[in-house]
Amino acid sequence: MNKSLNRLSYPYLLWTFIMIVIPFFLIFIYSVTSSKEGSPVIFQFTFDHYREFFSPSNINILNKSIWLAFQTTVYCLILGYPAAWIISKINIRKQNAIILFFILPMWINMLLRTYAWQIILGRSGILSTFFNIINIKYEGILYTDSAVLIGMVYNFIPFMVLPIFTTLIKIDDNLIEAAYDLGASTKETFLKIIFPLSLPGVVTGIILVFLPAVSSFAIPRLLGGGQYVLIGNLIEKQFYLLGNWNFGSAIAIILMILIIISMMFMKKTDELKSRGGGTLPW
Amino acid sequence: MVKRYQKLYLGLMFLFLYAPIFVLIFFSFNQSESMGHWSGFSLKWYRELFRSERIQNAFFYTIVCAIISTTVSTILGTISALGIYKITKKLRELVLNVNYLPIINPDIVTAVSLMILYISIGFQRGFSTMVFAHIMFSTPYVILTVLPRLNTMDPNIIDAATDLGATPLQAVRKVIIPEIMPGIIAGALIAFTMSIDDFVISYFNTANSVTNLSIEIYNMARRGVKPTVNALATLMVAFIILFVFIVNKIGNNHKSKEVLKK
Repeated sequence: MNKSLNRLSYPYLLWTFIMIVIPFFLIFIYSVTSSKEGSPVIFQFTFDHYREFFSPSNINILNKSIWLAFQTTVYCLILGYPAAWIISKINIRKQNAIILFFILPMWINMLLRTYAWQIILGRSGILSTFFNIINIKYEGILYTDSAVLIGMVYNFIPFMVLPIFTTLIKIDDNLIEAAYDLGASTKETFLKIIFPLSLPGVVTGIILVFLPAVSSFAIPRLLGGGQYVLIGNLIEKQFYLLGNWNFGSAIAIILMILIIISMMFMKKTDELKSRGGGTLPW
Repeated sequence: MVKRYQKLYLGLMFLFLYAPIFVLIFFSFNQSESMGHWSGFSLKWYRELFRSERIQNAFFYTIVCAIISTTVSTILGTISALGIYKITKKLRELVLNVNYLPIINPDIVTAVSLMILYISIGFQRGFSTMVFAHIMFSTPYVILTVLPRLNTMDPNIIDAATDLGATPLQAVRKVIIPEIMPGIIAGALIAFTMSIDDFVISYFNTANSVTNLSIEIYNMARRGVKPTVNALATLMVAFIILFVFIVNKIGNNHKSKEVLKK
């Protein structure tokens, strides 16, 4: 009986080989070969696509992507942590409802929520009407860096709040009481007890925000305009506009390596996670 | 005093989260195309929406794709999890690592790698390639929700079932499946939401004639703001609220029944 069960995994082994392993090898092969007119018939080994990536303009794009993801993560953390903390102190009956209201917008299509910001921030949008009424000059910030940042924070903030919230509610209240009894101030209790214990949630939040933020391309495209190019947009351009799959594959590989490095960077805290939790509440 | 500041902070947070959605809904009923001025109530954008064949098709493709990919990935994922549960430790680690790839990989990398696969083997991109792509990225989630259930299950109950004369198939159907059902349901829910919400992977793996709602919204929003998108958004929000309401109702009924039983 036990032996016959393991055969059930064979179809999936084949499936992962075709749908995950082979495609990965294909982009790798494309990234190190050159071909004429987009046909891969003549394989010619080359590192040119990687070299091409490390040109100043492309490095700029990479820096811009990382910087935007970093800013998004920092703003999500600064705005999200207090929210998670406040929610964690509300009584349980209300808490569930509030958490539901936090998750609800995430079920609305991400592109629709981004589109909503187009309406608000646009030149003739609701914000400019509002500023006109109170007589402040407002040109509209749609298609600027700030618009992209607002859209990113808006989309990703629940992914920061929820894991922090789940670690905060797991903290034993007795620990906090003990800290106060032993003479710690509110500030000390927070810095030395509450914050360190919530770290696994913070790390999960950072991973859930930073990683998808680096590679996002729909939000920058809709709020930053056609001129706003991040690494995701650069990949899209190679495949859709320029037909340069080899270069596009090289960027995809570089993006993957970047993600793997950041994952390893946070692996240490993964051990913390297995001890403490810090997952999403579903 | 402190409490009041906390309430204010949460209030502002919810304003930030919901204001865009309310603005979206509000201007779907606007007479003019402007998103800054209210010029009277009208349903004309809804009429335009229902006249658009593209959007109806996109809606149809989104739903059908989600249903097919959820069904297939739930069945495939559950069967595979059963197999993975029993294979040797070394092989299991290998499979699980490969299984993790679509989860940690950026969507856009998964998207272009599949696109290259399809084109390399000469598979015309369209609805079927989109469905295959969705099965590919949702099955790992099903496996990851089912496997922990199997691991925490008491292995003796399978032996007990077979000792009592159950065939392997019966043991799976009558003992294991009920035991891991919560994992299967969670996996199916994740698969469904991921499929409905997906943009990037579908965008790269479908033909021009076959789009889903995300792609349609992206294309419309790229061309500039138009109230038909608002109308579409309003309908989707209404649908979600209705769904949450029904699920809540069912959940509450369930709970009260359980209380009554006790």
